[in-house]
Amino acid sequence: MAIVRIPSPLRKYTGGQAKVTIPGATVAEVMTNLAAAHPGIAPRIQNDDGSIKRFINVFVNEDEIRALNGDATTVSDTDEISIIPAMAGGK
Amino acid sequence: MNYVSVIDLLEQAQQLVREISVQQLHRALSGENPPLLVDIRELDEWQQGTIAGAIFIPRGNLEFRIEDEAFDRDTPIALMCAGGVRSIFAAKSLQDMGYTDVVSVAGGFEGWKDAGFPIKVPQTLSAERRARYARHIIMPEVGEAGQLKLLNAKVLLIGAGGLGSPAAIYLAAAGVGTIGLVDFDVVDTSNLQRQIIHRLDAVGTPKVQSAAETIARLNPDVHVIGHQVQLTSQNALDIIQNYDIVLNGSDNFPTRYLVNDACVLLGKPLVDASIFRFDGNVTVYDTAHGSPCYRCRYPDPPPPGEVPSCAEGGVLGVLPGIIGSLQAVEAIKLIVGIGTPLVGRSLQYDALEAEFREFRVRKNPDCPVCGEHPTVTELIDYQEFCGIPHRGTVH
Repeated sequence: MAIVRIPSPLRKYTGGQAKVTIPGATVAEVMTNLAAAHPGIAPRIQNDDGSIKRFINVFVNEDEIRALNGDATTVSDTDEISIIPAMAGGK
Repeated sequence: MNYVSVIDLLEQAQQLVREISVQQLHRALSGENPPLLVDIRELDEWQQGTIAGAIFIPRGNLEFRIEDEAFDRDTPIALMCAGGVRSIFAAKSLQDMGYTDVVSVAGGFEGWKDAGFPIKVPQTLSAERRARYARHIIMPEVGEAGQLKLLNAKVLLIGAGGLGSPAAIYLAAAGVGTIGLVDFDVVDTSNLQRQIIHRLDAVGTPKVQSAAETIARLNPDVHVIGHQVQLTSQNALDIIQNYDIVLNGSDNFPTRYLVNDACVLLGKPLVDASIFRFDGNVTVYDTAHGSPCYRCRYPDPPPPGEVPSCAEGGVLGVLPGIIGSLQAVEAIKLIVGIGTPLVGRSLQYDALEAEFREFRVRKNPDCPVCGEHPTVTELIDYQEFCGIPHRGTVH
């Protein structure tokens, strides 16, 4: 289980919640369960094969999962998974 | 009444204070453990010339400001005045504060000059500038030297829009001497909700012109260079190479990759930020000093249309004010050389939750532009890289 931080553009899929608690022992499991619990979110963050889109940074606490063990990174109840999509806006 | 003349007082102080000759000072300054050399004369004397490396604290402020320069009471300190008299009294006073290794330079600055040693005429602020930047100068972290660095700095802003507006205004107010603005756009009514450098009466005029006029009214010290062009692979290096630091406030991915690659190739620090709706982030890429770059963090751009722009998704008007101001802070820190830059860290702001969070950004050793074996060694076609149908230019 982990706490997942939902970026504001995707909160429409979580009923406005900024944080949701999702079961799963790894990032991949949590993401699969997140997609199941909140329909509509999957195509925004995952490719068809379930992998996380490359322009989305996923962090476990302060560290990006590419620097950890990818989506096989294990998580515990107190860990926070943050989904941070690339943004281009500046103007 | 106990009458003590200045001669008596000087003789008493001289008993307690160690003096060194200008020759000894010259040797000590080039030695292993050079003393902190403090020029304690008055401003008008210091402006005429001093010794390279000397810090300037007029006698009247010495006790108040010495701890900012040397808190450790065992710091070797050499005090210099014009002739070596005021510095004896000053040394006595520092000894009374507990400083154990203070010397007075016998003969002072005049003795130094007479001995034929080199002098330096310091760059100083005019009285007008001293007044304008007084709140900066009074802070020891900035001081007159830091303010001079700001006045001599050249900062390029990519975009005179949401992020560029607050960044330009604060950098101009802070006295950054040269501000370059790259923007080909004209002011639109829908910009005014957030782009605070532009005013209603500027609608329809080029953004670089509107921004330059606002800055001129705020601070005539600032030289604004308007680049009213689309930044492209053909002109980016020529434009960026003339600046010390780049602030990214562009609104599309091709320009973000272009600016990143150009900064890596030129070794320029890039204060990067982006905003969308209620979220913003800011980070500093400085690959010349081992930092990661934008491509380390985002190796691939999103497919076109996958990530909406602010024009499509909206943005809270104040949000770029927060994030662009953070960019200005980071730029000022880099220029003055203070604090810990936001390198290898990304600061994320969530306005709805009222939260700042920090994430680590790591260098990718396989990064195609800043990695160990770069494959991108010149600017490429960034529209094509981002999968956007070719229009010939990036904007």
